Amino acid sequence: MHTLPQQLANGLFLGSTYGLIAIGYTMVYGIVQLINFAHGEIFMTGGFGALTVYLVLPHGTSLWLALPLMLVGGAATSVLIALGAERFAYRPLRGAPRLAPLIAAIGLSLALQQAVHNLYPQATSARVFPQIPSGPWHLGGVDIQSGDLFTVIAAPICMVVLALFVRKSRTGRAMQATAQDSDTAQLMGIDTNRIIATAFAIGAVFAAVAAICYGLRYGQVSYDMGFEAGLKAFTAAVLGGIGNIYGAMLGGLVLGLAEALATAYIADIPGMHQLGGQAWSPVWAFVLLILVLLLRPQGLLGERVADRA
Amino acid sequence: MRHRSLLVLSIALTGALTVTACGSRGASKSGGDSAAGTTVTIGVDAPLSGENSATGLGIQYGVQIAVDDANKNKTVPGVTFKVKALDDQAQPATGQQNATSLVADSSVLGVVGPLNSGVAQSMQQVFETANLVEISPSNTNPALTQGPNWAAGTKVRGYKTYFRTATTDALQGAYAAQYASGTAKKKNAFVVDDKQTYGAGLAGIFKDSFTKDGGAIAGTDHVSTGDKDFSTLVTKIKASGADMLYYGGQYDEASLLSKQLKAAGDAIPLMGGDGIFSATYISVGGAGTEGDLATSVGSPVDGLATAQDFIAKYKAAKYPGDYGTYGGYSYDAATAIIKAVGSVAAANGGKIPSDARAKVVDGVQKSDFDGIAGHVSFDAFGDTTNKQLTVYQVTGGKWVSVKTGAFNG
Repeated sequence: MHTLPQQLANGLFLGSTYGLIAIGYTMVYGIVQLINFAHGEIFMTGGFGALTVYLVLPHGTSLWLALPLMLVGGAATSVLIALGAERFAYRPLRGAPRLAPLIAAIGLSLALQQAVHNLYPQATSARVFPQIPSGPWHLGGVDIQSGDLFTVIAAPICMVVLALFVRKSRTGRAMQATAQDSDTAQLMGIDTNRIIATAFAIGAVFAAVAAICYGLRYGQVSYDMGFEAGLKAFTAAVLGGIGNIYGAMLGGLVLGLAEALATAYIADIPGMHQLGGQAWSPVWAFVLLILVLLLRPQGLLGERVADRA
Repeated sequence: MRHRSLLVLSIALTGALTVTACGSRGASKSGGDSAAGTTVTIGVDAPLSGENSATGLGIQYGVQIAVDDANKNKTVPGVTFKVKALDDQAQPATGQQNATSLVADSSVLGVVGPLNSGVAQSMQQVFETANLVEISPSNTNPALTQGPNWAAGTKVRGYKTYFRTATTDALQGAYAAQYASGTAKKKNAFVVDDKQTYGAGLAGIFKDSFTKDGGAIAGTDHVSTGDKDFSTLVTKIKASGADMLYYGGQYDEASLLSKQLKAAGDAIPLMGGDGIFSATYISVGGAGTEGDLATSVGSPVDGLATAQDFIAKYKAAKYPGDYGTYGGYSYDAATAIIKAVGSVAAANGGKIPSDARAKVVDGVQKSDFDGIAGHVSFDAFGDTTNKQLTVYQVTGGKWVSVKTGAFNG
């Protein structure tokens, strides 16, 4: 049992990445009730944007210098794609039956995957992502890998900044108003199109941060990395209560912890050996999701789903 | 207004998807008779995108070079060979569709591939029905040639059109166990596999042989293909006190697993089969893979005098992909088909007969020549008679062969 602190830390690092991506799902859903299934691919393009920046920098540039530039490059890429998607794929469908933008999102996600696969040199499965050259750090009984250092620092900062933005800034308050009642907000002089675009852009920035976390953690990015990560993040958003920003982060952490603890300990329960194991971790994560939805359909922190349905 | 924009969008989207889907298929022009003579197509099925694609592309271009050589040397007078490569994305269902489409193309007289044993299972029946020969350069699951009860000693050949130039996991897994306990003096192995036909089979054989050789199993676990996060598994392996990790599966997961294991401070080597023997394993896994071990079929291609011309051509053409693992075997597989086509044509007055496919199957069965990666001939099950195996170790960021031999256990 002495491995417990390490397994908890593993779950938190994993969950932070899920949470960062889940923000994008939850913000867009909160404002336009659209599940942007292309968000996983927006995350993926953020990773490739960051990698491209690294590759064009002169060889041997220190990662501490390159990382901020990669962050800017990755965020710019995914924001550009998210805004493009919003303007050309979703806005024309606003007001159409709900299924239409959903199908557009799925189509867009396939198109983005194939586009990266075809446009990016070398069609091999994964591209090597640069690594933070030091570490690991030992903190009590827990090892923090160099790749996780960025996650540990970036995830809480992102959350605090977002919370302050939504609560204090003019745009943030306009977002809340739009989320509550978009028609009335428009009558009050809020440019709802701009607000919706902002929600997409913020989600994309978070996705890019998550993509860099992912790249540093696993040392690679691939054109198909968005699918599974996107699915897990969507699950995290639903788990936390879709539409609720804090819920997205909490849902991500709970999901990550559930996966880690299930992998580590279920196999030790007598008779459960076959159902423990690494390969079963997503299964237990989804069992948890189903349980939460059965007992608390609005999600852990959710509140908005009921009056929207 | 709204309806029109919806229409425009869906058309644009469909168009975009079609275009990209076509693009990912790679070179897939269908064959046909040209004015200069007969054109014979050699099909290739391998993962050309996604997981395992580095190795898959090595197969495609290994065949391409064999075909180029045959055309240049006019190996079969009056016949021009061409390659039709289809992407199976390592998916059995896609492999079966590809098999059907290769069978439907009457100019295809032989197929090289697939990479994955699981994909081969879904293709064998299709080729058998059409009497089309299939030679895999890389399938190592014993059941493919010897039937499901091979381990119990009941060997039955299910498909007379299926051959392979790679030796089987029964030998590979046992050879790995022999090296691990004998040469590397490992006592306590943690065994992980990816639940696929190849990976689970190989891990099972290793586990049995390693225990038989006196080793202990510290623990077992399974991963899913596509998994990226092994942090919890790594913590488990570290706590188990194992002195080596055996992994049955492909390099995509193995390199990440090894990297995360070493980053967590557990310096035990990962050992795997030919599925991890790839340059990509090292480039993605980084310094963490130093000291890791892999068995692979045959002798190292780089060290074979007969393969130097092939390697030079592969490098000169700047083909993507990894020729090291199966490129040489793909070349030999394609050559076996080309030679068989040649003997069929020669027996028919220089023309390809109408029942060429069935005759090519017989021709391949009778193959007996020195390929670039070793002698090529097949036993009664369609297995290669070349039982050479090699253990490689990552040394200085490269795979270096540490032991080569024939296994007859």
